[in-house]
Amino acid sequence: MTESVALPAEPHHAARRGLMRWITTTNHKDIGTLYLIFSLIMFFVGGAMAMVIRAELYQPGLQFVTPAFYNQMVTLHGLIMIFGAVMPAFVGLANWMIPLMIGAPDMALPRLNNWSFWILPFAFTLLLLTLFLPGGAAEGGWTLYVPYSLELGYSFPFMIFAIHLMGISSVLGGINVIVTILNMRAPGMTLMKMPLFVWAWLITAYLLVAVMPVLAGGVTMQLLDHYFGTHFFSVAGGGTPLLWEHVFWFFGHPEVYIMILPAFGIISEIVPTFSRKPLFGRTSMIYALASIAFLSFIVWGHHMFTSGMPVSADLFFMFSTMLIAVPTGVKIFNWVATMWRGAITFETPMLFAVAFIILFTIGGFSGVMLALVPADFQYHNSYFVVAHFHYVLVTGAVFAIMAAVYYWLPKWTGHMYNEFWGKVHFWLSVISVNVLYFPMHFLGLAGMPRRVPDYAVQFTNLNMISSIGGFVFGASQLIFVAIIFATVYGGRRAEARAWEGAHGLEWTVPSPAPYHTFATPPEVAG
Amino acid sequence: MNVSTDSYYLPHESRWSILGSIGLFSFMLGAGIWLDGYNVAGPLVMGVGVLCIISTKFGWFGTVIRESLAGRYNLQVDRTFRWGMIFFIFSEVMFFGAFFGTLFYERLFVVPWLGGAGNMFFTHALLYPHYRALWPTNGPAHVGGAFNQMPTWGIPALNTLILLSSAVTVTWAHWALKAGHRRKVVGGLIATIALGATFLAMQAHEYYLAYTHFNLTLHSGIYGATFFLLTGFHGLHVTIGVIMLTVILIRVLRGHFTPERHFAFEAVSWYWHFVDIVWLGLFIFVYWL
Repeated sequence: MTESVALPAEPHHAARRGLMRWITTTNHKDIGTLYLIFSLIMFFVGGAMAMVIRAELYQPGLQFVTPAFYNQMVTLHGLIMIFGAVMPAFVGLANWMIPLMIGAPDMALPRLNNWSFWILPFAFTLLLLTLFLPGGAAEGGWTLYVPYSLELGYSFPFMIFAIHLMGISSVLGGINVIVTILNMRAPGMTLMKMPLFVWAWLITAYLLVAVMPVLAGGVTMQLLDHYFGTHFFSVAGGGTPLLWEHVFWFFGHPEVYIMILPAFGIISEIVPTFSRKPLFGRTSMIYALASIAFLSFIVWGHHMFTSGMPVSADLFFMFSTMLIAVPTGVKIFNWVATMWRGAITFETPMLFAVAFIILFTIGGFSGVMLALVPADFQYHNSYFVVAHFHYVLVTGAVFAIMAAVYYWLPKWTGHMYNEFWGKVHFWLSVISVNVLYFPMHFLGLAGMPRRVPDYAVQFTNLNMISSIGGFVFGASQLIFVAIIFATVYGGRRAEARAWEGAHGLEWTVPSPAPYHTFATPPEVAG
Repeated sequence: MNVSTDSYYLPHESRWSILGSIGLFSFMLGAGIWLDGYNVAGPLVMGVGVLCIISTKFGWFGTVIRESLAGRYNLQVDRTFRWGMIFFIFSEVMFFGAFFGTLFYERLFVVPWLGGAGNMFFTHALLYPHYRALWPTNGPAHVGGAFNQMPTWGIPALNTLILLSSAVTVTWAHWALKAGHRRKVVGGLIATIALGATFLAMQAHEYYLAYTHFNLTLHSGIYGATFFLLTGFHGLHVTIGVIMLTVILIRVLRGHFTPERHFAFEAVSWYWHFVDIVWLGLFIFVYWL
């Protein structure tokens, strides 16, 4: 892709000062920053809960918490990491980068953008509030399975309404991203010329708008069953608890891809930059993203192989699930082919990207194993599943977010981060994360169930190793925060094109990016 | 590509969205408090939320209307609104999709399974031997007691006629607006609002009959649950549609909109057609088949 150099627009409106700036802002960069900071805070809140979980599992028996509180930690950890950490981080990156990458002056609907963000802190206030209610917080797991969920006490309506709020925020945010990409591209920026990160987000936003309303509908039915005497989920009235699993996973599987497609986009930006080669198989990468998104709608039953679906449904979902390996394989091969014979350097973003490719693939392989119906009967609800989805979500989504933060921090702050400490953060993270999650595969295969505060003594050694990995991984993230602070307030000046091999419109504006960019759209040459 | 020569309008700050967030938060906090059994505190907090949300709507839409009248919005902004509305309606389609999916799944799979279909012979024989899996049903436990279905060719058929006519009148109003006949626009809109209100009144009467004469309630097992879920959310959307049409009527009376630029009118008519199509699905799958 070629691009011309755009002159930065004269800032015709300076930012307000103080708290009101952040509350009333309609600037995509401000809102992107808000999303990213919110996500980082939630990453530590959810992470603290993970530390409680790992501390309790360090030894068999009950040391620190009651089983009920343990369940609350597991449930809130899941909800917070998904809706509070990973998704807002990607939305923050979208806010910051999409207008810069397509040469737009801002997001298409700036007021709506502000609202999408400012719903979130309230949603999580509502959710975390339940910790202080009599009976404690939600404790049925993040999947909110009935009938567990329907047996909750005071916390039940707050949990449901928190999910409604998160859904409103995501749908509004998704609509904004779609409209921005469809309507705000600079002249010459055709759809097929768009950066892969933008493509990934176009498809992700479509998934958000398609499935968040389904979750909203589902939790509404739970609310009706709990308080208004309906029988959607009760066999006595002709309903079934299985209905919830279908509705939830019809949302839940596309949701999983909502958390990984933007990561694919990020990796597709970073790998070519540090390999100093254009992305291999660019068009096939776009089609692979679209295929994965399409397949995400017809694979939800693989979460329910042991729930008692007819065998024909099990078979359908097994085959459709294994099909996903094809477009995902295309992506992995293309990233590797991009690196092949490239002039590679390993700055921190590239290190995280390479770790992503390797470790996400491990998560992908265990996913194929779980897709096999007869095998899944053994693995289901075991620690193998926990290992699988943490490989795709932590070493997948979270590593991609960290790669993106290191990659674009110079553009946001105007400073280069400290490469030495970046590498320390990377190596501590990548080693400890494997110490944390790899033993879980063996625990699961040996028969340890997930969501238990206590376990049989033969699982002690592997759990201890895993917990130690967890504590180190958790502590390593403090380095990440320190690096971010240090980069915001100081560091070597970054050039407009902070990375030698970087292409794309975002590198044509100065670093830090001015408050208003592309007030007149840049020309993107053929 | 397709960028107008004049620049895209970007608002500098928004004070309404934070009020909207506070409104949503208070409304839901209050609803939670109310559902947890506090019948005074809950509705009070909810009321504060509703007030905030209503002021947000007035303030936010008022600002947008003033900016639109001041000619700040170029064609690109107009396209933004169109795409935005299309995807908003798509999200609503998916919301109703979840409920239609629930109806089909319960009716075509779950109820036959409880009656022993598929490989569920023993489920039926051992657990629910006396259950006859016929639709409509209130389940093996006959929760809510015996009930009757709403007759298809009474109120529901009439309501179908009413909503379909309202689609004609709103389109007629749109054509009149494009041709510049403002009195016809007003007539068409008033007719549409009247038909919408009639529909709602008839549905309210239907609910009254269901509860008093048919013993068809929210407690009537899966039939009652899906019936009230689908018709209730549809009725809520008709209500919202009628409110939006009324706002459009007021704006037409105040001289807003030109034959070329009238996005708000079109957005509301799209929404009205969406509500209409959902009703056709309801009529066929909830009342008729």
